[in-house]
Amino acid sequence: MALLEVISIEKSFGQTRVLDGISFTLDKGRALAIIGSSGSGKTTLLRCLNFLEKPDRGRILVNDELLFDAEDALTQRESDIRRKRLNFGLVFQAFNLFPQYTVLKNVTLAGELLLRERGKKQADAADGKQIQDEARALLAQMGLTGKEGAYPHQLSGGQQQRVAIARALALKPKILCFDEPTSALDPELTGEVLRVVRSLAEKKMTMIIVTHEMAFARDVADEVIFMDEGMIVEQGPPQSVISNPREERTRQFLARFSSEA
Amino acid sequence: MTNFSTIIPRLFESFQLNIQLFFLTLLFSLPLGLFIAFGSMSRFKPVAWLTKTFVWIIRGTPLMLQVIIIFFAPGLLDMGAPWGSGSSARFTAATVAFVINYACYFSEIYRGGIQGIPKGQVEAGQVLGMTKGQIFFRVTLLQVIKRILPAMSNEVITLVKDTSLARIISIKEIIMMAQEYTAQGLIWPLFSTGIFFLAFIGILTVLFGRLEKKLDYFKVL
Ligand SMILES: Nc1ncnc2c1ncn2[C@@H]1O[C@H](COP(=O)(O)OP(=O)(O)OP(=O)(O)O)[C@@H](O)[C@H]1O
Ligand SMILES: [Mg+2]
Repeated sequence: MALLEVISIEKSFGQTRVLDGISFTLDKGRALAIIGSSGSGKTTLLRCLNFLEKPDRGRILVNDELLFDAEDALTQRESDIRRKRLNFGLVFQAFNLFPQYTVLKNVTLAGELLLRERGKKQADAADGKQIQDEARALLAQMGLTGKEGAYPHQLSGGQQQRVAIARALALKPKILCFDEPTSALDPELTGEVLRVVRSLAEKKMTMIIVTHEMAFARDVADEVIFMDEGMIVEQGPPQSVISNPREERTRQFLARFSSEA
Repeated sequence: MTNFSTIIPRLFESFQLNIQLFFLTLLFSLPLGLFIAFGSMSRFKPVAWLTKTFVWIIRGTPLMLQVIIIFFAPGLLDMGAPWGSGSSARFTAATVAFVINYACYFSEIYRGGIQGIPKGQVEAGQVLGMTKGQIFFRVTLLQVIKRILPAMSNEVITLVKDTSLARIISIKEIIMMAQEYTAQGLIWPLFSTGIFFLAFIGILTVLFGRLEKKLDYFKVL
C-alpha cells in the first residue's frame, strides 16, 4: 500500500498554471527524487504537500487518510492543518534556522511546544528530557556532536543545513521533503549534506528530494520524476529516467546538465 | 546666587512632569503601536486603509497642534469634560495626545521590523506545526526587537525632548518653569534645563546600548 498518494494536483498563480495535474504514489521507505528545469513547479509541489500552498484541485492522501481534497472544504480546516502538516517535514533551500536559538533549541523547540500544548503536566520533566536526548542523538547522527550550544550564525552552511535536517526529523515526519538542500551551499560543502541524506535513505526514511545533483539522484533515489511545465513527463527508476530516458524533453534537460558539468 | 538653592529644586520638581509624561506615553503607546501595526498590515483592506490614513494624519501634523486639539476639542464640541478639570485635566489630555502620536510612529517602526523578517522564518515555524501565536512570540518577536532597536532608541530620545511641548496647554514642565525666571530677568535657569535633558537622555542611551549588546549574541538575516 502506498504511504503517500498525490492525485491530480493543480495550482495556478494568477494566470500561470504552475502545477498541471500531478499524480504519483510513494511507498514507505522509498526515496523519490524530483528533477526538472527552473520554474517547472518542483518547489510549489513540495509546498502544496506541506500545506504552505493550497492546491486549486486534487487530493493528497497519507496512509489512506484523506488529508486534502480541493473539493471538500472539511479537509481544509485551519485547525486540522497543523496536525496534518506533521505528516511531512520540509528542509528548505535556505535552511531557515531560528537565529536566536542554539542548535539544540532549534531542534527541540517545536516538540516542546507541542508537548506543552497537550498539557501533560506530570510527565513534563521526563518528556522534556526525552525530547532533549532524542535531539542530541539526532545531532550526533548528523555529525554535529559538540555543536549543541552554538548559534546558527556560528556554523557553516553545510552545518546549518544538517541542523535543519535534524530539526525536521525531530518531529518524526512520515515523509521528509528536501527542496534543493545543497543549492545554497558552496560546492565543497554539498558533500557533507548529501552524505547525511544518503544515510537517511539507507535507514529507509521515506523522502522526496528535489535536486539538481543528478549523480546523487541516480545513486540514492529509488525512483525519479522528471517535471516540466507543471507536469510529470517521465517517471521510473533512476536507471531508466536518468541513465536511459525515453522522452525527448528529459533527454534535452539532462543533456543541458552534462554539458554544464 | 542666593536663589540657586531654591531654583534648582523647583526645576527638579517640574522635570518630574516631563518624566511622568515620558513613562506614561511609553507605557501605553508601545502596545498600542503594535495594534496599529497589525491594523495597517490587515488583509482586510478597509481596516488597513483606515489605519494607514490615521497614521498619515497623526504623523503629518505637529504634535503641538494635536495636544491643543485634544485638550480643547471636547469643550468646543460640547462633549463635556472627558479629561476632568484643573491641572490634572491638562496632564491627561497631553498624555492622550502623546500616546496617540507616539503609537503611530512606533507602529511604522514595528511594521517595518515585522515585514523585514524573512518569510522563511514563519514558514519554518508553520512546517514544524507551530500556531500563529507561537510563531510570533517564539520565532519572530525577538528578531523584530533586535531589528528595530536602533530606530526605537531614536524615537524614545525624541520623546524625552518632546515632553516639553506640553507647556502649550500650560503644563508647568521644566522649560515653562524656567521661563518664569527668565521673565524675572534670570536666564541661567533656562539654560540649565538642557542639563536635565542631557542627563536623562544619557541614561537612556546607556540602557539602549546595553539592550543592544544583550541581543548581540545572535545575528538576523
Ligand atoms: N507565490 C507565487 N506567486 C506567483 N508565482 C509564483 C509563486 N510561486 C511560484 N511562482 C511561479 O511558479 C513557477 C514555478 O515555481 P517553482 O518555484 O515551483 O519552480 P521550481 O521548479 O522550484 O524552480 P527552481 O528550480 O528555480 O527552484 C515559476 O514560474 C514561479 O515564478
Ligand atoms: Mg524551487
